[in-house]
Amino acid sequence: MGQIILEKVSKTFGDVEVIPPLDLTIEDGEFTVFVGPSGCGKSTLLRLIAGLEDMSSGTLKIDGEDATHVPPAKRGLAMVFQSYALYPHMSVRKNIAFPMRMAGVDKAEQDRRIEQAAAALNLTDYLERRPGQLSGGQRQRVAIGRAIVREPEAFLFDEPLSNLDAALRVGMRLEISELHKRLETTMIYVTHDQVEAMTMADKIVVLRAGHIEQVGSPLELYHKPRNSFVAGFIGSPKMNLIEGPEAAKHNAHSIGIRPEHIDVTDSGGQWQGRVAVAEHLGSDTFFHIHDTGLAETITVRATGEVGFRHGDTIHLTPRQDQIHRFDASGLRVE
Amino acid sequence: MATQHSRSAARMMMAPAVILLLGWMLVPLTMTLFFSFKKYLPMRGGDLGWVGFDNYIRFVTSSAFWPSVTATLVIVLGVLFITVVFGVLLAILLDQPMWGQGIVRILVIAPFFVMPTVSALVWKNMFMDPVNGLFAHLWQAFGLTPVEWLSQASLGSIVMIVSWQWLPFATLILLTAIQSLDSEQLEAAEMDGAPPLSRFGYITLPHLSRAITIVVLIQTIFLLSIFAEIFVTTQGSFGTRTLTYLIYQRVLESQNIGLGSAGGIYAVILANIMAVFLMRIVGKNLDA
Repeated sequence: MGQIILEKVSKTFGDVEVIPPLDLTIEDGEFTVFVGPSGCGKSTLLRLIAGLEDMSSGTLKIDGEDATHVPPAKRGLAMVFQSYALYPHMSVRKNIAFPMRMAGVDKAEQDRRIEQAAAALNLTDYLERRPGQLSGGQRQRVAIGRAIVREPEAFLFDEPLSNLDAALRVGMRLEISELHKRLETTMIYVTHDQVEAMTMADKIVVLRAGHIEQVGSPLELYHKPRNSFVAGFIGSPKMNLIEGPEAAKHNAHSIGIRPEHIDVTDSGGQWQGRVAVAEHLGSDTFFHIHDTGLAETITVRATGEVGFRHGDTIHLTPRQDQIHRFDASGLRVE
Repeated sequence: MATQHSRSAARMMMAPAVILLLGWMLVPLTMTLFFSFKKYLPMRGGDLGWVGFDNYIRFVTSSAFWPSVTATLVIVLGVLFITVVFGVLLAILLDQPMWGQGIVRILVIAPFFVMPTVSALVWKNMFMDPVNGLFAHLWQAFGLTPVEWLSQASLGSIVMIVSWQWLPFATLILLTAIQSLDSEQLEAAEMDGAPPLSRFGYITLPHLSRAITIVVLIQTIFLLSIFAEIFVTTQGSFGTRTLTYLIYQRVLESQNIGLGSAGGIYAVILANIMAVFLMRIVGKNLDA
């Protein structure tokens, strides 16, 4: 009831190839996140699926049926936009009712679905208000409500949380995840925030310049990044990527070691360096370390409060079994 | 800016402008009021003393009064209707990406820069002239008898001329309004299953409502006082005598300053009624 298959789908604007031909299958009920740096084509890919942009070539199948040339309204997909795109002159109730009104759903059924959606999204008290009178989080919920009532095959989210403040973002992230567990509908979610991707996704699609770099579950991406780009993009703080003689010791062009996989000691470590910046978060401490003899600044994450300050000498030991090795083209070497 | 001192300084500095504006408005208004209660015939005896409300009664009971009100309303409403409807359509058209957009936009705005007298003369002599006008030639090309525009369809012709002048203004305001419409709203409506006409009706038009009210308000104020277009075309004949033109005739053609002034006061009252009425609508629209 919501399987989406892209076959050799590509998009060019004039001479610029934004998305080279790519294949992707999104299974029914899956929460798929498209993630990548800005300008990587993730939003374009979502708009191609939605039908808001025409594909330059390739086919799109929704539930096994060719939907390449089906207009957006007939694809059975509902979209939540970054700006929410609520209709400002309509009340919340009318906003949510709009797609049903266009589809000619009868009035009683409309009311039933609106009440249901409003109850699920805590909007019951706000149904008669205009979008302008709501807070950012409430607007976001109205936009989701408007998508839910259509009972779509799949939901498309285009960076829905980027206009919210940090605290609200965490809350809405949980709400969307809960919604997905409850509805069990396919969801495609676009974000540049790898934390959102890691926490929400069943499957992450990492994109760079229109190419799919890797597809997999969050933990697959974390433990077995297919190349150095994915390795650097997934995980926070970023993985340390080290080139040169240190990498050569491991028979690789470059090696990667995550900040949380380096042990910190007063003495006797494999590398010795000087603390440039220490970020004390309480639960964790992040160190940015210079003068280790390596070309790169090394980031280390230590659990809990660790007492090194700016300028202190520090000893580091990477855990040997957690070192990722990459060849000259950036691909993973097992 | 909110200290006692700065506030009084601000008042002092604004005072000259306020006094100038007040004087500019109050002196002519008081003079008009003053003359409206007098029998004042410059060529026939000059100031003949106070007559109370005689001028006011004569002005409205004259057979020319109600037709002039009707003519004014027909012109104002006709021009408003045409400029708003075509303004919206043109604005949507000009919003589409096309080759030579910049030049086309300037061309569309150009009529607004032509002086009313000039544009009325151009229309009268180059388009509507029953012998040499372009319309006459066009009609003849189809084997039809040329229309004598300014006598047979006088009000319609004036509405056409004035609309041509004001269409650019409406288009310009509506175009900027359309450009500020969030394209994601239209895309959301498209995904929600709204066909193009519904998208126009449910999204674009409500978005434009504010701009439309502003166009209506500003144009009404200016259209109530159009004069040049009538003066150079029909001279008020063939049912094109508006309230403004009637006042002009009373003062200058009949040389009856008292009667004309009374008419002027009626026009002021009428304009104020319209203004209050429109301000309410605009206020309501601007709140939302």
